[in-house]
Amino acid sequence: MSDITEALTQAVADACGRHPSSAGASGTVEWNVPLWSALDQIGITLLSVPEDRGGSDGDLVTAAAVLEILGEHSATVPFAETAMLAGWLLAECSAPIPAGPMTAAVAGPDVTLVEDAGGWVLNGELARVPWGRHADHLVLLVGRHVVTVHRDEVDLRPGANLAGEPRDDVALHRLAVPADRVHPLPADSAVDARLFAARGVVGRLAMMAGAARRSLEMSLAYASERHQFGRPIGGFQSVQQQVAAMAAEVLLCKVAAQSAAQALDSGADWELAVAAAKVSAGSAAGTVARIAHQVHGAIGFTDEHDLRRSTTRIWSWRDEFGSVGEWARELGTLAAAAGADGLWPLLTEGGARAVAG
Amino acid sequence: MDFLTLSPVAFPEPLVELRHQVRAFLRDEITEGRITPHCDQWLAGWDPGFSRRLAERGWLGMAFPTEYGGSAAGALARFVVTEELLAAGAPVAAHWIADRQSGQALMKFGTEEQRKAFLPRIARGECFFAIGMSEPDTGSDLASVRTRGTRVDGGWVLNGTKLWTSGAHHAHAMIALIRTEELGESRHAGLTQVIVELPDPAVEVRPIRLLTGEHHFNEVVFQDTFVPDSRVLGKPGAGWKQVTSELALERSGPERILSTFPLLVVALRTIAEDGVDVDRARLGELVARLWALRRMSIAVAGRLEQGEDPATAAAIVKDLGTQFEGGLIDVVRMMVGIEPDLGSLYRLPRMLAEAVLHSPGFTLRGGTNEILRGIVAKAVGAS
Repeated sequence: MSDITEALTQAVADACGRHPSSAGASGTVEWNVPLWSALDQIGITLLSVPEDRGGSDGDLVTAAAVLEILGEHSATVPFAETAMLAGWLLAECSAPIPAGPMTAAVAGPDVTLVEDAGGWVLNGELARVPWGRHADHLVLLVGRHVVTVHRDEVDLRPGANLAGEPRDDVALHRLAVPADRVHPLPADSAVDARLFAARGVVGRLAMMAGAARRSLEMSLAYASERHQFGRPIGGFQSVQQQVAAMAAEVLLCKVAAQSAAQALDSGADWELAVAAAKVSAGSAAGTVARIAHQVHGAIGFTDEHDLRRSTTRIWSWRDEFGSVGEWARELGTLAAAAGADGLWPLLTEGGARAVAG
Repeated sequence: MDFLTLSPVAFPEPLVELRHQVRAFLRDEITEGRITPHCDQWLAGWDPGFSRRLAERGWLGMAFPTEYGGSAAGALARFVVTEELLAAGAPVAAHWIADRQSGQALMKFGTEEQRKAFLPRIARGECFFAIGMSEPDTGSDLASVRTRGTRVDGGWVLNGTKLWTSGAHHAHAMIALIRTEELGESRHAGLTQVIVELPDPAVEVRPIRLLTGEHHFNEVVFQDTFVPDSRVLGKPGAGWKQVTSELALERSGPERILSTFPLLVVALRTIAEDGVDVDRARLGELVARLWALRRMSIAVAGRLEQGEDPATAAAIVKDLGTQFEGGLIDVVRMMVGIEPDLGSLYRLPRMLAEAVLHSPGFTLRGGTNEILRGIVAKAVGAS
């Protein structure tokens, strides 16, 4: 990690410490306005947006390092949505980027955007938009257009993931959008639904690496505090072996997230890296959550214990931006197509070069 | 949580070129019938001719300085070459130990005379080493070695037995860990590494056959075997520290992930030829895990290249990697409808049999997975 990234992650960790995200009653979370202001003060809410568009021009490896800290603290802020997705979509078409928290989504085939009397009309529904109710603006990728919509213009049906983080359904009822909020993507732009999902995946993987790490730390602490049979349960080899197995999967989560971010930063041959990271870390984080609960015993399974904040996030995040199963099938298809002679080149070179070689 | 500071490593362009050179060389070796792919070739594939052909291309001793006949290409370059060899199922056992760790131990602890005597020969593929650590009563508990070195004029006289010594019947030397002082308060004190040149009339090498009947393991008995002072490696009494410093090299490499990979390649070929439908999700999961383990292994190699000793991460790679090697077999078994058969005329049943029969060794050799997890637990403070 570079010195700059290290200073940055330290600043984010400090901010998370000063403004802890409340656990909330089970099923809901409060969005952390003071933490968002602190991140804004640090100047990273548009971290992966180019400098000439008002951002910090950070790469995704840096964004992943920040998200790992936020994930570790179960921070209730739409950082990935604003910094990695909405800001990025707008910057790609040189559109103005509004201040404040944003969220982003890809419009499915049933959402229509048609020109009408000098403006546009947007119609359709979006499922499970992250932080929808708390985002000032919703930035949509509709075909080859990026559309900015204000929260007050849409109908929200509140929903949540397993951790209580907002995942709201959004209805657009023949919404008139002025032309200056509809931006065509440049013809040469690489932006599409696939790349959007890949960035979303990398964001969640980084947060998951943080949540996995926190689960490990809590398990270590609990194993040294909890006494049974006259000694800390961490003194039993069976528990030590479980904790070591957990630590191994935590390391896998971290390396997978960072490697996928690095592959996306390089701009080429990221398909394999993102899919493989998603599937491997998705499974690994599930193992971490399972062992963390086993080590904690019944107390970890309750509303009053903080372990649930990390594990319910892991169980949600691993299947967001496409389930592990979907990505695994795609990856399996890619591997089967590469075949006996192409699988190893695919693994080592990730795609284009493998085919050429 | 120091082990979590591992950073991803991308291979620089010259190493991508190197990879393609190795791949092209292997394609020729296979199509011209000089080698045949098999599983677990770093244990089972003893082929000095192949080792020499690698040496001619500068692909042995890549971590040694040029003055000792190496190419000074570094740990990452060596990683690229070795993983290409393993993925292709090439016979690398002859030079494996010498190239991976004995040579590096000589670089680190050897005298100038020892380096000159062995390293150029290792780099030429003319000198192969064996590891002399385990004993009849010493497996995971390495500090309990009982092979004795008794001080005599000009050197040491060895008595004792080493066990599971892969390749000792062909090797030119072994580095043995022996006890040179009475067992004192610290079990780790009084151990010494010595280089025993082979064959030696005072060293008896007896075969121990694997459950397949193959001869790779040996029992090596020292009966008043004389080792001159010039063949003591490093400092007498510093053996424990020296041995443990080899472990990261031994534990994190691609051979802890890829021992059964050739089986997957052959399975995919058969599946394509027979037009069988595969469970895409299951194949995807397998490939994803392999990708992640490889990234971890490369990240450890990156730390080794910088002269660090990422022992905990290395133990993790070996724990997860060797479990993967066995897991791959089960995925292949689910994908194909055949019985394992060592005597089959077809490659897939034969290779499946090799993989199944070799699988117990994956999670034992180089430190059992339970020992590795003990190391990890201790490092994260769980004990």
